[in-house]
Amino acid sequence: MNLAIRDIRYHRGRFILTSIGLGLLLGVVMSMGGIYRGLFADALTILNITKADIWVVQQDTNGPFAENSRIPEDIKYRIKAVPGVAEASPLSFQTIQIDRMGKPLRFFLIGYDLNGFGGPPVIMAGRNIRQKHYEMVVAKGMKMEIGEKIRLGLHEYTVVGITGKVVSSSGDPAAFVSLSDAQDIQFKKDNDAIRNDRERIGANLAGIQSLSPVQAKFLQKNISGITESTHTVNTVVARLAPGANLNEIQERIRRWNHFKPLSVEEQTKILTKGMIEKARMQLGLFRIILLVISAVIISLIIYTSTLDKIKVIATLKLIGSQNRVIVGMILQQSLLMGVIAYGIGYVLILSTYEKFPRRIVLEPFDLQMLFVIVVAICMIASFVGIRKALKVEPAEALGG
Amino acid sequence: MDKSMYAIEVDKLTKIYGKGETAVTAIADATFQIKPGELVAILGPSGSGKTTLLTSIGLINEPTHGKVVIDGAMVADEGWTPGLDLKRLRREKLGFIFQHHNLIPFLNALENVMVALEINHLSGAEAKNRATELLISLKLGHRLNNYPTALSGGEAQRVAIARALANKPKVILADEPTAALDTENGKNVMDLLKKLAVENHSAILVVTHDHRMVEGFDRIFQVSDGRITSEVCN
Repeated sequence: MNLAIRDIRYHRGRFILTSIGLGLLLGVVMSMGGIYRGLFADALTILNITKADIWVVQQDTNGPFAENSRIPEDIKYRIKAVPGVAEASPLSFQTIQIDRMGKPLRFFLIGYDLNGFGGPPVIMAGRNIRQKHYEMVVAKGMKMEIGEKIRLGLHEYTVVGITGKVVSSSGDPAAFVSLSDAQDIQFKKDNDAIRNDRERIGANLAGIQSLSPVQAKFLQKNISGITESTHTVNTVVARLAPGANLNEIQERIRRWNHFKPLSVEEQTKILTKGMIEKARMQLGLFRIILLVISAVIISLIIYTSTLDKIKVIATLKLIGSQNRVIVGMILQQSLLMGVIAYGIGYVLILSTYEKFPRRIVLEPFDLQMLFVIVVAICMIASFVGIRKALKVEPAEALGG
Repeated sequence: MDKSMYAIEVDKLTKIYGKGETAVTAIADATFQIKPGELVAILGPSGSGKTTLLTSIGLINEPTHGKVVIDGAMVADEGWTPGLDLKRLRREKLGFIFQHHNLIPFLNALENVMVALEINHLSGAEAKNRATELLISLKLGHRLNNYPTALSGGEAQRVAIARALANKPKVILADEPTAALDTENGKNVMDLLKKLAVENHSAILVVTHDHRMVEGFDRIFQVSDGRITSEVCN
């Protein structure tokens, strides 16, 4: 006869409620682990979908995912010409927040060369961008419909396709436009600003006595052309030809002025170590705190449940019960509670994780580790109750 | 009579709590024997030492001095006999009945009896058969699946008696078994104990201060201030 099961059966209401409470707690622990993995996955999404071998960014910066990085678009031709580089494509990134139907819509806008790479990895609905202007493909996380229009910068853009779960390192859903559109959105000034700039340049040049009016007019036109240019990108990504030496190509680009070639490994390090390290540590700390809370709760429940059974334990001892019967009863209850709570937490997280605002990645290894930890916690937590039970004297069964 | 014919033999049993100036003698120089089939009472007021005597014979409370022999086995001689497995002896040779039945609340009547049998290594099926037989013999056949909370005081005490009898012990020790019962149920329990003592050939030692029940005992030891002051045979 299993005393633990009999006790649970008799006190099933209390046991179920306790297990549900613990299950919710363990569900939160699981979600924390999932959020951590999700942070990792989110951080590397764009890196992974681009499938580039080298990220060329502005010198002395850590690239567009870490800080501002601006390089001229035409550097792509020079990179393409490096022996060992199969293809190179410029990319532009910016985070945008607009109002949509009265609610803020925040997303990560990626501009890519329609003849290059770095665009949407998959089209789930609609089509890819075909025209050079005013079309966009959005991630399904933006919850936009095909045909929907939004205003970005000076123009309106139409959603022509929906891609999968593409997010930025901070978890914002991504949208794709052509590179020239992205450059316009990011850099193009409105008419007033252009007029102001031209007049300021003209006034400055007019003050230079040595310039003739013709020369001043010529210079004004050229300087305005440079300041109004939008041909700037945040990075140029390159894919190497089979057998190409990554280090050699990196070294070659590094020798040019103003550029820094980052390998995928270096980018990964920047994204994971630099950007999500604190969040990871924070989540890790929360998980530990929640596990400690779980351990304390299990200990308290088992201890109070043991206190409730002092007379039963004393009676069992008096009629000659072996200690293993009593230890087994307490330990099995603790383990059952932990395992059932784990199951409840697992079902809970499995049925809700897709509804979380941030990506939850449930790794089997994490779940298995948590199960082992829960079992260990239950065993440790039951020691308090077991210790109490072993100290009970059979004589306590006597008397009123 | 040959000594081995006694179920319980107590010789100059003394129990002292504490040491030096704070020492309290709970029981002093208790000497008696009880034969199988005898129903014996230890009668005395609260604090007279009767429960200490019961727990010393019941292998719970180690005697300070004196000897205790249970079913021919020397269990205490100036302290517990070395190498003694007290739990095993309690399982095999002793049965306990308590004032408040002490049934396990999360087991039904049948399981409460089975637990004593399974602790003594009987298989589940054997334990179930034996427990069912016992409960039927005690007119509790209709209560097998009832939990203690659904039993009357008299029924619960009869289940407790069935549990005490489960392993066919040579000695049954009862601590105020009728104190929580009304006169009629108390008398029924006493009649049952008397019947079982004879039928099972068990020595039954009952600690009580319930003077309503004294008529049913074969012998009565009066205890006062830790000493057996008189012995009365009915």
